[in-house]
Amino acid sequence: MTSLKINGRLFTLDADPRMPLLWALRDLMGLTGTKYGCGAGLCGACTVHVDGEPMRACLTSIQSLEGKSVTTIEGLADDKLKDSWRRHKVPQCGFCQAGQLMSAAALVSKHPAPSDSQIDEAMAGNICRCGTYTRIRAAIKDYQGKQEAKS
Amino acid sequence: MSKFTAVENFSRRDVLKLFGASGGALMLGASGLGWSPMLAAQTAAFGEEQRLNLFVAIGEDNKVYLTCHRSEMGQGIRTGIPQVLADELEADWDKVVVMQGLADKRYGSQNTDGSRSIRKDYDKMREMGAMARQMLEQAAAERWQVPVTEVYAKAHAVHHKGGDKRLSYGELAMAAAKLPLPDAKTLTLKTPDQFTQIGKGHTIVDMDDMLGGRAIYGADNRPEGLVYAVIARPPVFGSALESIDDSAARKVAGVLDIVTLPIPKGAPAFQPLGGVAVVATNTWSALEGRKALKLSWSKSANDSHNSKTYLGTLKQRVQEPGKVARELGSQPQNWPQDKIISATYTVPYLAHAPMEPPAVIASVDKNGCELWASTQTPQSTQENVAGMLGIDESKVKVNVTLLGGGFGRKSKPDFSVEVAFISSKINKPVLLQWSREDELRNGYLHAISAQYYQACIDDKGKVQAILSRSAFPSIGSTFDSSVDTPQPFELDLGFTDIPWDISAVRCEAVKAESHTRIGWLRSVSNIQHGFGVGSFVDELAIANGKSCTAQWRELLGKARVENFANQGFEYGNYGEDQSRHPVDVGRYLKLIDRAEALMAQKPAGKNEGWGFAIHRSFVAYAAVAIKVRLDGDKLTVVDAIALMDAGTVVNPDRVAAQMEGAVMFGLSLALFGEIDFDKGAVTQSNFHDYPLLRLPQCPPIATEIIASSAVPGGVGEPGVPPVAPALANAIVAAGGKRYRDLPLSKHLKI
Repeated sequence: MTSLKINGRLFTLDADPRMPLLWALRDLMGLTGTKYGCGAGLCGACTVHVDGEPMRACLTSIQSLEGKSVTTIEGLADDKLKDSWRRHKVPQCGFCQAGQLMSAAALVSKHPAPSDSQIDEAMAGNICRCGTYTRIRAAIKDYQGKQEAKS
Repeated sequence: MSKFTAVENFSRRDVLKLFGASGGALMLGASGLGWSPMLAAQTAAFGEEQRLNLFVAIGEDNKVYLTCHRSEMGQGIRTGIPQVLADELEADWDKVVVMQGLADKRYGSQNTDGSRSIRKDYDKMREMGAMARQMLEQAAAERWQVPVTEVYAKAHAVHHKGGDKRLSYGELAMAAAKLPLPDAKTLTLKTPDQFTQIGKGHTIVDMDDMLGGRAIYGADNRPEGLVYAVIARPPVFGSALESIDDSAARKVAGVLDIVTLPIPKGAPAFQPLGGVAVVATNTWSALEGRKALKLSWSKSANDSHNSKTYLGTLKQRVQEPGKVARELGSQPQNWPQDKIISATYTVPYLAHAPMEPPAVIASVDKNGCELWASTQTPQSTQENVAGMLGIDESKVKVNVTLLGGGFGRKSKPDFSVEVAFISSKINKPVLLQWSREDELRNGYLHAISAQYYQACIDDKGKVQAILSRSAFPSIGSTFDSSVDTPQPFELDLGFTDIPWDISAVRCEAVKAESHTRIGWLRSVSNIQHGFGVGSFVDELAIANGKSCTAQWRELLGKARVENFANQGFEYGNYGEDQSRHPVDVGRYLKLIDRAEALMAQKPAGKNEGWGFAIHRSFVAYAAVAIKVRLDGDKLTVVDAIALMDAGTVVNPDRVAAQMEGAVMFGLSLALFGEIDFDKGAVTQSNFHDYPLLRLPQCPPIATEIIASSAVPGGVGEPGVPPVAPALANAIVAAGGKRYRDLPLSKHLKI
């Protein structure tokens, strides 16, 4: 039995402790907002927060999370960030956006007005195939809500 | 059956009158429409008795329920189609609820590829909206006992002219739904100045679901009793399972069952590739079980396929004459020989790599099959699943989820056929997940290609003749194994259809047999053709001492509508009539002028250069300019401009988003895109060896939509083809070499 704290709730899982968090979330807990994109930590679609730090759920075993606090997109409370995403109309297909938001939320929690190079560093691990990068950058820069939205 | 009055009144004859006999657009039928599970809660107030036509229903809650029958894969169609419907309907946008149509032939084509949804459905959707509006007006006139000429619909209500009587759509819905459908001839459509929704950059309707992690994609439904599967497929196309030892796989915790898939027969089409499915209580156990399988595969005719060797073969072949696809003017032996410029260009195999690899759920029982599919082709999914299961299509219900990107991969329903087969064998609902490795290794690849271009230039520096040859394994080979030469429908994509103002033109198709499943990828053979012609025109410009834009102007000549038929060339034009969607040189010229002006505003600095390319595809016109910087052999893309003339646009913000995305898609393929084969199998496996553009590599992108009142053209694909040539041209402008073989990562540090 593995005990996990997900979005403030405690779950007890009867599963192989080596199971990556991604599949435990999706297939055992029904939290399907966290996405599978590569299974190898290369695309960032499965990004969650573990004790506030962005982590790839596809490479993080559930046993490594005992006693830690996990936040998924379903539990992301940063409405200011989501509002900025909405103003800049960031998503296209939307599939990678949970991971993008989780990476961006971790960044702005430390640096509410990040520089371009800080954005590059924090977001380089998240692939978007539709091509929303220019809007992701704009939405992160506009986190404080000072810029005009792109029409 | 009174519930379905409106639909039944909609006779086939009316349909044909409405959309033309060839349209076959909407078929009769009275079954209800499904809706996406994510919207189920929202649709509680909606009943079939409130349906005004196939696309419009109005609830007593005063909401309008508009059906989107095309698949949402990031292009914004679940917002765009409803915008067109709502406009003629005079509906308030905040009272629109979007429903996702099931696979259903009554809608006409639901095939969401070829940049065709708005281009094909724009008129039809306007008529559906206008029809519903007219029924509401009629219902109000009857309620008030006044002539219908005295009432008008505006802002979600019907009003009495000169009076203060007003009835909301919700109040009229039941009465309106009982009225016969109006004759198409009686419909009065708005003029563009009256549009209330078309031309607005509305936020996509799925925004909040996406930001909250609630949006439902192919792998996100959880029907009762769901089990999870992955498949081990043959590594080489054409080989089949020879032996299996699944004893270790069956011992993996969570593994429930092992299912052998049938061996495909004949041309691949949409058949499963065969192989072995591992079914488990969760995806991870299925993946672990797959690792434990011991499988051997039979020999294949493709065992010796090596893509580098094959590319060399294609480069050789395009030096020799091929099959003539278009010819104009004199024969090549009579062409002026003063100055000849020639070049050969290649593009490797490419994979789609949508962020969501194929994923689909099927539940087969004695009553039939229900699917929740991330598909671009609901009806083809229905047909092919029915074919595999040997049941009637009416027994296959296809719910369409959101797609985590499609790019043509999800136009192929093979994965739905696979999962339906597995579910039919174990009698449980099954989620089939393709891994990233599966997606890159077992997909339907964009063809490897070589092209040869030759221009004959007279002593005044004017191009007198152009010869071009194109070799790539055809998409046709996926459906007919005997096809071994590019087909007209592929050559018409940016190869034969350039409106050269040149007296002698010759385009040839060169043999290229296939060794894997060839598919269509965003913008299809326009990818290689755009790269070839866009690079070659720049080479001519340099040879002639002109700018690339000036060279394009000279080669295209005066503004005119090109008449290919008069030249004896039968042009497919993306299935569109050339009287409706002409090849209009004036529209090219407008883009060239504009791009030139925008580039001039941001002159290139030291070690920098601008590159330009223009391309018409999917009956839209796109120009791209890219600025790069070269620091030794380190390439940085510093700026991008994307211009598009796609005629009338419904949602300019989503068109801009598609243009931005097209630049990034084009940069990915030009910089990194390469799938290789060795010993018949794909050598790449995941994003470390099939890289895509990442945020730090993405330049600022300025987009501009050219204002146009022309009928809508395609949007999703046309922005891609000019990107790679603009980039290659920019490298030369920055002082670098001419690179004719993609990807650029083979030549430069990115």
